[in-house]
Amino acid sequence: MKGLKFILTGILFGVVMAKSEAVSWYRIQEMFRFQSFQMYGIIGTAVVLGSLSVFLIKKFSVRDFSGEPIKFQDKDRSWPRYLIGGSIFGLGWALTGACPGPMFVNLGYGYWPMLIVILGALGGTYFYGVVKRWLPH
Amino acid sequence: MLEFIRQPWPWYISGFAISLIMVMLLYFGKSFGFSSNLRTICTMSGAGKKVKFFDFDWRKEIWNLLFLVGSVIGGFIVSQWLSNPGQLQLSEATISDLSNLGIQFDGGLNPSQLFGKDFATSPKGFLILLIGGALVGFGSRYAGGCTSGHAISGLSNLQVPSLIAVIGFFIGGLVMTYFFFPLIF
Repeated sequence: MKGLKFILTGILFGVVMAKSEAVSWYRIQEMFRFQSFQMYGIIGTAVVLGSLSVFLIKKFSVRDFSGEPIKFQDKDRSWPRYLIGGSIFGLGWALTGACPGPMFVNLGYGYWPMLIVILGALGGTYFYGVVKRWLPH
Repeated sequence: MLEFIRQPWPWYISGFAISLIMVMLLYFGKSFGFSSNLRTICTMSGAGKKVKFFDFDWRKEIWNLLFLVGSVIGGFIVSQWLSNPGQLQLSEATISDLSNLGIQFDGGLNPSQLFGKDFATSPKGFLILLIGGALVGFGSRYAGGCTSGHAISGLSNLQVPSLIAVIGFFIGGLVMTYFFFPLIF
């Protein structure tokens, strides 16, 4: 089955995020209060190893499993959307203690009120689609 | 062995695994970004008929929805078989700061005060969770990505826009924590 590998990768993601407590509301508060290294360690390690991987993939022109070259898409060069959108995201991240991935990991964990957060996130995404053309990007 | 796995995992294991997940998705010809799923779900619900932003072929994004399903299963597996037998080890400073806001540390992953039945079904609690989620959903699409798309995939590809987005994440997070929390809680 073609889709199985994505489910398995998702399971790995869910297990790792839950076991390292990156889905914890308390840990996110600790991060925003600069009172623990855990979250910085997680993101920092992922970025350092991730950059090294991307560098090697580019240097050796690594191909994906179907033989296509692995391509990286550059983000649009601007700043308002990243700064404003990012700040709005941050407000919600601190309030709910969950970014999109952890919302779903927490739901699986049994925190059903996360359904309300997910409903809100879908509403917010829809609202962005509606007002997109009036926003500075 | 199981007892060992059930302990909280250190940051370097988690960081390594997350970079591995990013590389695995690249090898599968995809890229790691979770919040795109929110857009896809809007499209599947028929949003594309009214709003152009959602008018795309969602079937190309099924792989990411499968990843989402996996992440829910992952959370379930940990809660059923791999959960930490002890309490979450939260820093004393955070416990005391939260206590000053009236939020008690109860040793779980998330405070039952905020993610329990009473709060979620109260008008104030329901609104807080809903608005918090809306900010995440709106902000991640406006910024073109969330923690996985910008902080992990974007920074790993040395994208300046992603760095700006991550700085934004922290501006918003700090404003919420230090300015809005005392007003809300």
